[in-house]
Amino acid sequence: MTYEVPVAPGEKAEIEETTELSGESWPMWEVFVRAHRGISHVHIGSLHAPDVETALENARDVYTRRGEGVSVWVVPSTEVHAFEPDAAADYVEANEKVYRLATTYEIPEEVGQM
Amino acid sequence: MVVMSPEEQFQAIIDAEDKIEPPDWMPDGYRKTLIRQIAQHAHSEVIGMQPEANWITRAPTLYRKAILIAKVQDEAGHGLYLYSAAETLGVKRDEMQELLHQGKHKYSSIFNYPTLSWADMGTIGWLVDGAAITNQVMLTRGSYGPYARAMVRICKEESFHQRQGYEVLIRLCQGSPEQKAMAQDSINRWWWPALMMFGPHDSDSTHTEQSMKWKIKRVTNDDLRQQFVDMTVRQADYLGLELPDPDLRWNEERGHYDFGDIDWEEFWHVVKGNGPMNRERVAHKVKAWKDGAWVREAATAHAKKREARSAA
Amino acid sequence: MTNEIASTAPQGTPAPEPPDRIMTLLAYADDNMVLAQRLGELISNAPELEIDIALGNITLDHLGVARALYTHAANTEGEGRTEDDLAMFRTERDYTNLLLVEQPSGDFAHTMVRQLFFDAYQMELWKDLSVSIDPTLGGIAAKAFKEATYHMRFSSGWVLRLGDGTEESHRRTQDGVDALWQYTSEMFEGEAGKYRSAWTTAMETAFVEANLEFPSDPYQRTGGRGGFHTEHLGFLLSEMQWMQRSYPGLVW
Ligand SMILES: [Fe+2]
Ligand SMILES: [Fe+2]
Ligand SMILES: [Fe+2]
Repeated sequence: MTYEVPVAPGEKAEIEETTELSGESWPMWEVFVRAHRGISHVHIGSLHAPDVETALENARDVYTRRGEGVSVWVVPSTEVHAFEPDAAADYVEANEKVYRLATTYEIPEEVGQM
Repeated sequence: MVVMSPEEQFQAIIDAEDKIEPPDWMPDGYRKTLIRQIAQHAHSEVIGMQPEANWITRAPTLYRKAILIAKVQDEAGHGLYLYSAAETLGVKRDEMQELLHQGKHKYSSIFNYPTLSWADMGTIGWLVDGAAITNQVMLTRGSYGPYARAMVRICKEESFHQRQGYEVLIRLCQGSPEQKAMAQDSINRWWWPALMMFGPHDSDSTHTEQSMKWKIKRVTNDDLRQQFVDMTVRQADYLGLELPDPDLRWNEERGHYDFGDIDWEEFWHVVKGNGPMNRERVAHKVKAWKDGAWVREAATAHAKKREARSAA
Repeated sequence: MTNEIASTAPQGTPAPEPPDRIMTLLAYADDNMVLAQRLGELISNAPELEIDIALGNITLDHLGVARALYTHAANTEGEGRTEDDLAMFRTERDYTNLLLVEQPSGDFAHTMVRQLFFDAYQMELWKDLSVSIDPTLGGIAAKAFKEATYHMRFSSGWVLRLGDGTEESHRRTQDGVDALWQYTSEMFEGEAGKYRSAWTTAMETAFVEANLEFPSDPYQRTGGRGGFHTEHLGFLLSEMQWMQRSYPGLVW
């Protein structure tokens, strides 16, 4: 639980997810950090910033506070294009390879948790 | 050929200890539970800056001041990582913040208690960050990729938080009688609220079963609380501080400490918004946000002007 | 404190450092200490989470410089005092920071203008001192110069965004410039006069880009380097020193 707030008796569990905003939000940027020379930049998170200079500065402040990187890239989140295999096709694919799934195998009860 | 429904497929990924990633199909309940949990977690980190920021200008030494600033800054970072994780589920950070400001989103009740002495900077690190770590280590193994990854980063930083807090208390407890009394008073005030952080008893806790099945939650409230108490007693002994619970004793049979029951009336009181600091914390946050509106607007306006100029 | 430093050393110990060298170290330390204290008030109040985090870094940098300089001053003095003794047990008349850094932060535009004025000055100062004949000071200055470069990017970037943002942000930024201008000449008193022209050039660049105007009022206020402060400093120090003064002689 810890940082989650319990549902008080009589309250509903669901929280609202959307509301009217008074101002325009700063755009979102994806941050990539090269931890040390010889390896690729790795996606590490995102942040909000009004422009590219601020985005870079913020990325440095937010994601390399403990000297985690030697090089930082920021990319507007809207500029990241993804290839996500078609969901339905994916299921077919996965279905054909059920042997990949742990649940495919029946383990005798006597041997316990596996 | 076994044809799996999306639901079965989803559960199979989780059962295989694999991670669910943002574009994956997920049951609406899973998504909603996660948004609720991550948003509340993010809000807690950000609101949690206040009780400690409260002591930055008054820290007794420059070294402690530096540590405290770094810690409060880390909490801002945690809030940011977590809002980012929530955004992968299709909710906007500004909307989550706005809902917090409207009182429609909540955050952990622990931050609705006031910090009244320097010793509280020690106690918060030791007990509050300590309780959080107990829980967050489990969250690094959660089923939702972006959340689990954010938790890995956060956990690394939390260990600094807990240790520096404990060190503050060591100094006080090895110091003058006045300092030790300051530490004891602080523990007396924070011990029970810290135990409350683990939430209601499992028997009174809604949705635990579903969250366990989805591996959003991996250990129950009572188990985590027990783990925390078992760990903490020895640390309190070392300090020579008394935990304010007459029922606290080792139970040989269970191999755990027994401890007294939480004041659940107080617990629900604070959850419902009537703790000592609920109103102040939200008011502080709302003021900072409103005062900053013209700054955010100005930055956007400037970015647009620049874009227009470079296009011309 | 001045007379303490000048007191005669017991026989056989090396001659005490000339007090003006220690006084200079203290003045630079006080600048950074007081500014760190001002910035420390802001955490959890920023317009965005990202700005809170950035300001946190800047605060830590100034605090770090103050600590290094206090320690260096204490070691130079050689009377067993510590960074905390120097920060916590000197009164507002002993503090010799610039008036600029003790000014309340005001709104975000005001804060950024104060930072810009000071950052541009410190860039010149640290660049100069990084080749100091005192190797400890040179080391502190070289590190501080790198930090000041980053601070300057942050403050000048924001002064530009705000000056050339909306009508409101422009007005607030010009107000900040007008209010704080009177504390700028003090930075260039005495030997520091040599930093003035580079600083002025930096301001001209920043102001042109941000559509800001140099104030026409020539009035300049001074006194900080001599311990003659604005009324703000006393409050700042009482909050900062309260713990040490209430519980003297303890370890924290
Ligand atoms: Fe945290
Ligand atoms: Fe935390
Ligand atoms: Fe923490």
